[in-house]
Amino acid sequence: MHELSIVMSIIDIARHEVEEAQAMAVEEIELDIGSLSGVEMDALEFAWKQGVKRTVLEHAAMKVNNISAKAECMDCRTEFPIDHYYDACPVCKGHFLNIKQGKELRVKSLTVT
Amino acid sequence: MCATCGCDSGSSISIHHEHHEHEHLHEHDNHHPKTVIDVEKDVLYQNNLLAERNRGYFEAKNILALNLVSSPGSGKTSLLEKTLTDLKEHLEFAVIEGDQQTTNDADRIHATGTKVTQINTGKGCHLDAHMIIHALQGMKLKDNTVLFIENVGNLVCPAMFDLGEKERVVIISVTEGDDKPLKYPDMFYSSTLCIINKTDLLPYVPFNIEKVKENAKKVNPSLDIIELSCTSGEGLQQWYHWLKSKVLVPETA
Repeated sequence: MHELSIVMSIIDIARHEVEEAQAMAVEEIELDIGSLSGVEMDALEFAWKQGVKRTVLEHAAMKVNNISAKAECMDCRTEFPIDHYYDACPVCKGHFLNIKQGKELRVKSLTVT
Repeated sequence: MCATCGCDSGSSISIHHEHHEHEHLHEHDNHHPKTVIDVEKDVLYQNNLLAERNRGYFEAKNILALNLVSSPGSGKTSLLEKTLTDLKEHLEFAVIEGDQQTTNDADRIHATGTKVTQINTGKGCHLDAHMIIHALQGMKLKDNTVLFIENVGNLVCPAMFDLGEKERVVIISVTEGDDKPLKYPDMFYSSTLCIINKTDLLPYVPFNIEKVKENAKKVNPSLDIIELSCTSGEGLQQWYHWLKSKVLVPETA
């Protein structure tokens, strides 16, 4: 259940940004979450509900950009979508992959007032 | 309590101060224009920053830090006891033990004569870089130490938290399933060495060692793999050889 730590880190980032911008409230928070980021969305939402109480994010809408993972085969340079780390290259069946996207776990933007 | 490390010195989990702001917020809501802030910040950047700080400390003192991760019961502490006892004449060791409760593991390490610090994470499921900083503060490690960090027994959460280690060692025992690398790919993907422990039990369990190696290599083709048994001693030399090969000889001459 590391999702609670993730939520706490997101709150820290939001609080810092709100202070910097001297804003009053966060209306929306936009997150980029890759399919290989290691975050379970159900667990994140569960932790979110409890974690944001009495914080700058309490009334913020959460917008999640789900980023599906892509890899490049290091042997034959084919680029292809992957669901798991253990997926093989569809062309040469190799497993030596460079993950191009899908590991993202970041706060993309905050809409503040 | 601090959300990053569970200690009392931090500030992030009890966020009482915001309440006051909220009272204002509803009064002034409509008078403030909307602004979009492009944050573009990694959620774990704070942990990653602290991990880099640890890494710098380790590099400056030529400390080899290894993060040992596994399910509970795979034999992390037994492997440490054996290693510390067998190599204490050759290398300077120190250990950070991570568990939710008790100092049992630290007591076992202490009995080998090695410097050890126990971190109890309470309800926490993993160690993070902030906890390691606190642990290091009290340890006063000598230069050229080999530092083992035994993480909380958990194959999921510790994968996400860089501690500043040089090597991440995932341990799996033959009493577990040989599909574990596929079930918990993040940990095998982020590790540099996989130790398959308790090989003395292979005749008694339906564990296919070739299958587990194949699965681990599918997830991470550059993963080193060592098979060993702390009970019979088989394979330990290979592990010691690997460990010594990672120790950088200090430039004294």
